[in-house]
Amino acid sequence: MVRLATVAKAGSEAGMDLEFRNVSHRFVLEGAPLPVLDRISLKVARGEFVALLGPSGCGKSTLLRLVAGLEPPSDGEVVADGQTIVGPDPSRVVMFQDPTLFPWRNVRDNVALGLEAQGVLRTGRARIDETLRLVGLERFAKAYPHQLSGGMAQRVALARALVNDPELLILDEPLGKLDSLTRLSMQGEIVNLWRDAGFTTLLVTHDIEEALLMATRIIVLSDRPASIKADIRIDRPYPRHRGNSDLVTTRREILGLLGFEAAW
Amino acid sequence: MSSLSPIAEHLNSSDSARAPIATRDNIARSGLAIGAGAAWLLLAFITLRWPDLGDWGRGPELAIAASALGAALIAGALLGTIWEPGAARLRRATPWLLALGLFLSVWQATTAKLGILPQPFFPPPHAILEVFIEDWAKLGQSVAASVKLELLGFLVGAAGGFVTGVLLGWSRAFGYWAHPIMRLIGPLPAIAWLPIAFYAFPSSWSASIFLIGLTTGFPVTVLTWSGVASVNSSYYDVARTLGASRLFLVFKVAIPAALPHVFVGLFMGLGASFAVLVTAEMMGVKAGLGFYLQWAQGWAAYANMYAALLVMSLMCTSFVTLLFKIRDRLLSYKKADVQW
Ligand SMILES: Nc1ncnc2c1ncn2[C@@H]1O[C@H](COP(=O)(O)OP(=O)(O)OP(=O)(O)O)[C@@H](O)[C@H]1O
Ligand SMILES: [Mg+2]
Repeated sequence: MVRLATVAKAGSEAGMDLEFRNVSHRFVLEGAPLPVLDRISLKVARGEFVALLGPSGCGKSTLLRLVAGLEPPSDGEVVADGQTIVGPDPSRVVMFQDPTLFPWRNVRDNVALGLEAQGVLRTGRARIDETLRLVGLERFAKAYPHQLSGGMAQRVALARALVNDPELLILDEPLGKLDSLTRLSMQGEIVNLWRDAGFTTLLVTHDIEEALLMATRIIVLSDRPASIKADIRIDRPYPRHRGNSDLVTTRREILGLLGFEAAW
Repeated sequence: MSSLSPIAEHLNSSDSARAPIATRDNIARSGLAIGAGAAWLLLAFITLRWPDLGDWGRGPELAIAASALGAALIAGALLGTIWEPGAARLRRATPWLLALGLFLSVWQATTAKLGILPQPFFPPPHAILEVFIEDWAKLGQSVAASVKLELLGFLVGAAGGFVTGVLLGWSRAFGYWAHPIMRLIGPLPAIAWLPIAFYAFPSSWSASIFLIGLTTGFPVTVLTWSGVASVNSSYYDVARTLGASRLFLVFKVAIPAALPHVFVGLFMGLGASFAVLVTAEMMGVKAGLGFYLQWAQGWAAYANMYAALLVMSLMCTSFVTLLFKIRDRLLSYKKADVQW
């Protein structure tokens, strides 16, 4: 895969700062309210790479949906670059837990979706090709989603997000379904992209190691309703190695926070 | 064909590719083709040499056509190994040609020759051939009239149903008004409108367009609606986070995602519309194959009726084929499920 700085805006104006101000969220499940997020307050600086860790079903995806503007929070507000988020915006793109490619569009047209929706398809042709090359799928531009492997579909979803030149990249367990080798190389790729482009990144993952290898900061969430249990900075240079003693210590600390002190 | 299943067929064909000379398979195949040719020659022989009980024309023409086909089949069987591509294509049809030749021979014998089947209700094959030779102009006009009526009615109904379905799936305000109307009127068989429609419309032709449209429109509406309503909501999420407008969501997400459903509705509507077409032509429109059928009945011209039935089924199946072609084209991203 090629490194590609031109896909993203270089320099300091890239990225977006984020602030969660006392955000709570509830769903209604079988008539009863189901609190999912409990007074989350968090500031994310421009260009940070924040990983969210928490037990399954605690509300991580919900938190991301609020940032994406797909749903308004029940209480509180999410602020991006000083403006309250009231709806989706192509500067904040999401790579969902499922690739959700459109089956009636081939790979290229799936990647082109954002540019087409924003009416800039004509000027964006070269970008699409570049992004396809970036994720190593230029040979599959004409293939349809049902002809792709799971890992390839994930990469198409990543390309579909990146082609929009986001200021905030929201990743919801993007690598959850990949085999461990593809996973390792994609982790490296995403970190490289983030370092080149400088966008802010929110990553939800259930893999502590992944968070430790990729993020500059790890937020540990409690069980549902999710609140912030810990906010851990990882000041380690890249590329990181899983055997590093600092990381191993942090890993044990996080496991403890999640209630697995006994585990190795 | 000696093969029992597609898999067995596959095995056989790879076998014969290895040994293309005179395998048992090849001999069996040639035998089948010679048999088919013989069946058609038999038809020609019966037609020509066995005197008719009554007076039906066009026996010689039928005999000529049948013997030409029979001779071609036998020649093909003997020369098959020389021109492989043509033989391969014919091979699939050989069992059918054999069955058809035998069927026509039996038909010929039991009608014109022995009179076992009651006359005039079961005319012999050459009587039907006579209709095609002598009445082709009228038949052709009828086909043209039917095709025009069916096509117009179907397109009006399909377009109306599609638009209604999309709006029902998309707009609450539209649904408030349209849903009760659709529930009340949709299930009503369009034929029930017939007596009123023929008076209320300026011509029975425009009334028929309305009836065919109504019949087509109902299933298309329901299936389009359910298709739009069942679109995976994460498609919308994806599109919205990428900056899609409402129009984009309708035209580039909802409609393409619902299209497989829409085609189910179109097929149902098409099937139902044929019944209305024929009824409308019989009851009011003084043109088309339905009218031809009725006119033939008035003259007790049974051969004409069979001819019209044959043409009508060819017309209907062509419509269905055309719709399949369009579907396969528009939904080419899917693996084809059935081959019409
Ligand atoms: N639309 C909805 N209506 C009702 N309840 C919902 C809805 N969406 C999510 N929930 C509930 O909110 C809770 C949190 O869901 P969420 O998808 O945010 O979990 P998650 O932390 O992403 O879990 P996972 O790690 O398994 O993906 C779950 O208990 C779920 O049942
Ligand atoms: Mg989730």
